[in-house]
Amino acid sequence: MEEESKAGRLLWLMAILAIVTVSSIARAQELGIPKKYFVPPPPFTPGIFPCSQCHEGMPVNRRPRKLEQMHQDIALKHMPGGWCFDCHNPDNRDTLRLANGKRVSFEESYNLCGQCHGTTLREWKAGLHGKRTGMWNGEKQYRLCVHCHWPHEPRFKPIKPLPPPVRPSDIK
Amino acid sequence: MGKIKKDREGIHCDRRTFLKGAALGLAGTALPLNKADASFWEVFFQKHFREMNEAEIKKVLERLEKEYEQKYKKAIKVGNEKELPGVLFGYGLDLSRCIGCRRCVYACVDENNQSRDPQIHWITVLRFKKGEKWVDLEESEKYYNPELVPEADYFYMPVQCQQCENPPCVRVCPTQATWKEPDGIVVVDYNWCIGCRYCMAACPYGARHFNWAEPNLKPEEINLQTHYLGNRPRSKGVVEKCTFCIQRTRNGRYPACVEACPVGARKFGNLLDPNSEIRYAIEHKRVFRLKEDLNTYPKFYYFFAYGV
Repeated sequence: MEEESKAGRLLWLMAILAIVTVSSIARAQELGIPKKYFVPPPPFTPGIFPCSQCHEGMPVNRRPRKLEQMHQDIALKHMPGGWCFDCHNPDNRDTLRLANGKRVSFEESYNLCGQCHGTTLREWKAGLHGKRTGMWNGEKQYRLCVHCHWPHEPRFKPIKPLPPPVRPSDIK
Repeated sequence: MGKIKKDREGIHCDRRTFLKGAALGLAGTALPLNKADASFWEVFFQKHFREMNEAEIKKVLERLEKEYEQKYKKAIKVGNEKELPGVLFGYGLDLSRCIGCRRCVYACVDENNQSRDPQIHWITVLRFKKGEKWVDLEESEKYYNPELVPEADYFYMPVQCQQCENPPCVRVCPTQATWKEPDGIVVVDYNWCIGCRYCMAACPYGARHFNWAEPNLKPEEINLQTHYLGNRPRSKGVVEKCTFCIQRTRNGRYPACVEACPVGARKFGNLLDPNSEIRYAIEHKRVFRLKEDLNTYPKFYYFFAYGV
């Protein structure tokens, strides 16, 4: 008898838990909280991450300046007057930082880009902006903004077009 | 009667004898002896695709797979995936993003086993000068070949089969070798196409292409996953066209051109699903369809995601 009621109680508990989970998921969808986007890992230069492997213990110099020892190759052509710490987090180099001080991981950097490019972020979430691969009716592979747009100079570089079709006059 | 005999000296032949002789002679020419095996007759008397039952279709697919194996020395799978219920395919193309790089054109060729030489492309990318009478098809250029794209003064517009809801090409086909599937894809049965090219004349988009010669397809270039109504290898004398990659999309995958586009200008999805990407584009963006005035009701929507 004792055993039975214990099992019964456990069953009830599980049922309640299930209901709570389901309703919270439904609520999250209602509120528009982003579902999980299937994004590949960020496109780091090999060996560069985690940033703390070098920056750990290094004094933080917050002054905008011309970099001379490292990262000279980065010419910031994103926003006039921009500086590393607009996006990178001086207190924890392995993360990014929103304008409101909240930390963002590199895996979710789209939230950072979306601070200024809000309409683009909205369209990216809806599947309109950016490239999708995978299933049109199932799991889609999204890409982070930085997979296509080099964040320090986001404008696309022109590319070479593939050859034009053969002209009828050139057919032998 | 006797007079006629006299007039035609020596060539007397009554109607009955003539017909007998003609029938025998025709039968003789129509039967190429080297090809008079079972499969020749099967091809000759193959029923219309939509009139065959499952078993008959299976037999046809097996015959084709055998044929292709002999020809290309490759195990090519010829599928026959049916339409998915509640699906009507639609396509979106963002003209504000397209850079005219033609990656889609060649991804399509690789996926759909088009002939490499003579060259057949299902997608044509047109280049227009900005600011003038725009989408002036007469003034568009398809052989543009600059060092780099996009060019400052031009914009680009890829054109392929628009999968019309009211397809003029289907109406003109004398053998009903082409039709619109329930999911909206206009398909061709290459075994029923007689190569009259009426459909090419009827299509306002230049989306249909003819195999003027035996398609040249190297065995190592073949995409082995094929569909009877889609990318299976074709033969000389038949018309072919874009099928929204029927062999991929009926299995839930995106068309090859969508996945090849480096700028993400191509969108694809189910028009009947209110949460699909294509519906989002139609509901939130300025869309237009090519040559709407012809009442072809294309399911291919061009739009501008940003700017003008």
